[in-house]
Amino acid sequence: MRLYLAVFALLAAVHCEELINGDQVLRINAESEDHIQILKMLERDVDSGLDFWTHAVSTERPVDIRVPHSSLHAVKDFLKKNNIPFTVMINNVQELLVREREEMVRNAEIESKTKSFSFAAYHDLETIYNFMDTLANHSKLISKVKIGSTYENRSMYVLKFSTGGVKRPAIWIDAGIHAREWISHATAVWLADRIATDFKENRAPVPSILSKMDIYLMIVANPDGYVFTHRSSSPLYRFWCKSRSATSNPKCQGVDLNRNWDAEFGGPGASDDPCAEDYRGPSSQSEIEVKNIAKFIMSHGNFKSFMTLHSYMQFLMYPYGYIGIDAPDWPELHDVATKASKALNSWHGTVYKVGSIFHTIDQASGASVDWAYLRGIKYSFAFELRDTGEYGFLLPANQIVSTARETWFALRYIMKYVCDHPY
Amino acid sequence: MLSVIHTHLESVSSRLCYATVLRFINSSSSGPRSSPERIMKAFCSLWLLLSLVELSPAPPASQEPPLVCRGATDPAPPQPETQEDMASTGDLEPTHFPARRAAQVALHHLNTLHGSPFRVFGLQQVHKASAEDVAAGGRKYSLDFSVTDWASGSAGPALRCSAEVMFPRTQQHSGPEVQLRCEALQQVSSTAEEHAFYQKYVTPDSAVSAQHLPDSYGNMSEDMQPFWRLARVAASFIMLRESSENTEFNMVQVASITQQESSEKQLMLDYVVLLHDLPSQEIVQWKLLVSWSPDRGVRVLQTEWQPRCPHATKPPN
Repeated sequence: MRLYLAVFALLAAVHCEELINGDQVLRINAESEDHIQILKMLERDVDSGLDFWTHAVSTERPVDIRVPHSSLHAVKDFLKKNNIPFTVMINNVQELLVREREEMVRNAEIESKTKSFSFAAYHDLETIYNFMDTLANHSKLISKVKIGSTYENRSMYVLKFSTGGVKRPAIWIDAGIHAREWISHATAVWLADRIATDFKENRAPVPSILSKMDIYLMIVANPDGYVFTHRSSSPLYRFWCKSRSATSNPKCQGVDLNRNWDAEFGGPGASDDPCAEDYRGPSSQSEIEVKNIAKFIMSHGNFKSFMTLHSYMQFLMYPYGYIGIDAPDWPELHDVATKASKALNSWHGTVYKVGSIFHTIDQASGASVDWAYLRGIKYSFAFELRDTGEYGFLLPANQIVSTARETWFALRYIMKYVCDHPY
Repeated sequence: MLSVIHTHLESVSSRLCYATVLRFINSSSSGPRSSPERIMKAFCSLWLLLSLVELSPAPPASQEPPLVCRGATDPAPPQPETQEDMASTGDLEPTHFPARRAAQVALHHLNTLHGSPFRVFGLQQVHKASAEDVAAGGRKYSLDFSVTDWASGSAGPALRCSAEVMFPRTQQHSGPEVQLRCEALQQVSSTAEEHAFYQKYVTPDSAVSAQHLPDSYGNMSEDMQPFWRLARVAASFIMLRESSENTEFNMVQVASITQQESSEKQLMLDYVVLLHDLPSQEIVQWKLLVSWSPDRGVRVLQTEWQPRCPHATKPPN
C-alpha cells in the first residue's frame, strides 16, 4: 500500500514540477501589528499567487510563504520597503521535493526488503550481510563496524547500537562462533531487528539502556565456518564446527574458536590434535577470528558484559569453564542467570538449566567467557539455545522466532541488570 | 612432604578447600605479588598447618577458609584440578553433568526396551542423584528423574523414573549396566499407529530410501518421522554400549536409510546414523542393520563404526 502512495506522490510531484521550479519559501518575522495587517492583506489577495504555509496571526509566530519564482523579486522588494524582516527558508522548493521523493522511494524499498526478509528461515552469509547493511543504512542507531578479516579473508562485522557518546560502557553479544549452531546466527539476526524496533517504538527498557550504554552484536563470529556449513547437505559440511585454517596436519583443518582464547589456554578441556573437534590451536589466540574480537574488545576497554550464543542443550552458564571452583562473583552471576532463565521460561515455558560451564557441560579451557571474565568483564554468560537433543543442531526453522523471542527475554533482563549495576 | 599434604587434603571433604589451598601451594613458587596476597597466603598456610597438626576428621564445609583465601581480587587464576578430583561421591547436583550423563544412559536403556517408531523418550529433568564407588573400581549412580515422549510433543505427560546406572571402570571399555523403573510404563501393547505403519511398509515391494533426516534446515516429512524415531531407538543400543562417565551421546541426524528385504515378517532397515558427543564435540558415524515389528520390537542386528573421512579434504561423493 505504502509503495502505491509513494508512486502516486511521485507522479503528482512530477506533474507539479514545472510550477515550483525555482520557487522559494520565505520566513517572515513580523515585528508589529502593522506588519501583521499588511501580511493579512497579502494573504487575502488571491491573485498574488502566494502560498501561505502558515498564517499571519501574531508577532509571536513566523509566517511562512511559498513565493512563485516569477514574483520573488517583487515580493522581496515589497517586504523590504515595509521594513518587514524575512529569511529564505527554502532556497529551492523543487530540490527539496526531489530529495523527499527519493527518500520515500528508498524507504518503500527498504520496507519491502525487510518485510520480505524472513526471520523464520536460515540464511546464508551473503543474505545475513545484506540484512546487516539494510539495518545499518536505515537507522541512525545502528552502524556496521568491520573488526578485521577471517582466515579465508572474509570481513568480520559487528553491529553497533549507539545513541552517541564516546566509548560508552558496552555490552557484547556474539553468535555463530561454532559454525554448525545455526540457531545462534538466526537468533542474533532476529535480535538485531528487535533491538532496533524496540528503540524506534520507545519500548522499555531498550531506550533507557541505550541512553547509557552501547550494544555490540556480532551475528557471525566464524564466517568461514558458516559458509562451509552451507556448501552442501552432506554431514561433513553441515556439521562443521571449527574455523577453516590450515593446521600442522594437512589432512585436518580448523580450530575450535571457543578453545583458542587466552584463558588457561593449554589446560584440560581442549585437544591438541588438529583433527579433533575441540582442537585448541597451536597457540593462544592463534586464530585470526579470535584475535580480531579480543583486540577489538580490549582496545575499546569499556565492555561491562560479554555474552555468547551457542546451541544446543538449553543452558545459561557463567564462568568458569576451565576449573570447577566458584568464580568470585558466583552468587551474583548465578542469581542473574537464574532470573534471566525465569524470564526466558515465561514466554514459551522452555526450561533452561543454570550453572557454571565447568559443572554444566564439562571442563573447557581457552573459552571466550572465561577470557572475558578474567579480563574484568564481570557479567559474562554463555547460552546454549534450543533444543535438548531431539533435533540438536538441526533445529527446524519454524522454531527460530520463538527461540529468539524467549532468548530476548533473558538477554533483556541481563542487559537491564548490567545497566542498573555499573561498576 | 607435598604428597603428604596432598593426601591429607584429599581427606578433607570440601573440594573447594583443596583447590584453594592447592593453588596457594603452587603459586608460592612464583612468589606472592602484593602484601594482601602475602597475608592471604600466610593465613591459608596457617590454616593448613593447623589442620595437619590436629589430624582430625575432615572439617565440615562450613569451616572452609574464609572468602579472603579465594582471592577475590587475585589476578592469578587458580590451577586446574585433575580428572580424579572432579568426580564426587555422595549427593550430586541434579543440574550438573555427572548426574545428567548417568540419566541419559538410563534413557538409552529405556529406549532400547520401550522405544518404537512412535515412542522415543527424552530426558526432562533430574530430580535427585547420588553416586558411590563400587567393587572393582566401578561407580554406581542412583537417579530420580522425569522423561517425556518426544512423539507426543509438548502435549505429552512427564513420566517419573528411578534408575541405578553402574559404570564399570575396566581396562577395556565395557558398557554401563542399568536397572530402571518408570511409573505408568507397563509393557505397553503396540498402538494402532504402529500396526498401520508396519502393514504399510512390510510389503515385499516396499523399498524406502532417504538421506539426511532431518535435512540441514531441520525439515523432515511426517512420513519419515517414524523411520527417524526407529533410528533413534536403534542408535540407543549403540549409545548405551559406548557410554562412559566421560561421554554424553545424542543422535543428530540419520544420514541415510535404505530398506532391505523383509525377513521373518520384520521391517529390515539399513541405517547410517550420526551421533554427537557433547564433551568432546565429536560427531561419530555408525552403520546399523535394524529389524522391527510391533510384536518383537526393535532389534539391532549389526553395527559398524564408520570413519567419517575426517582426514580427507574432500568428502567422497
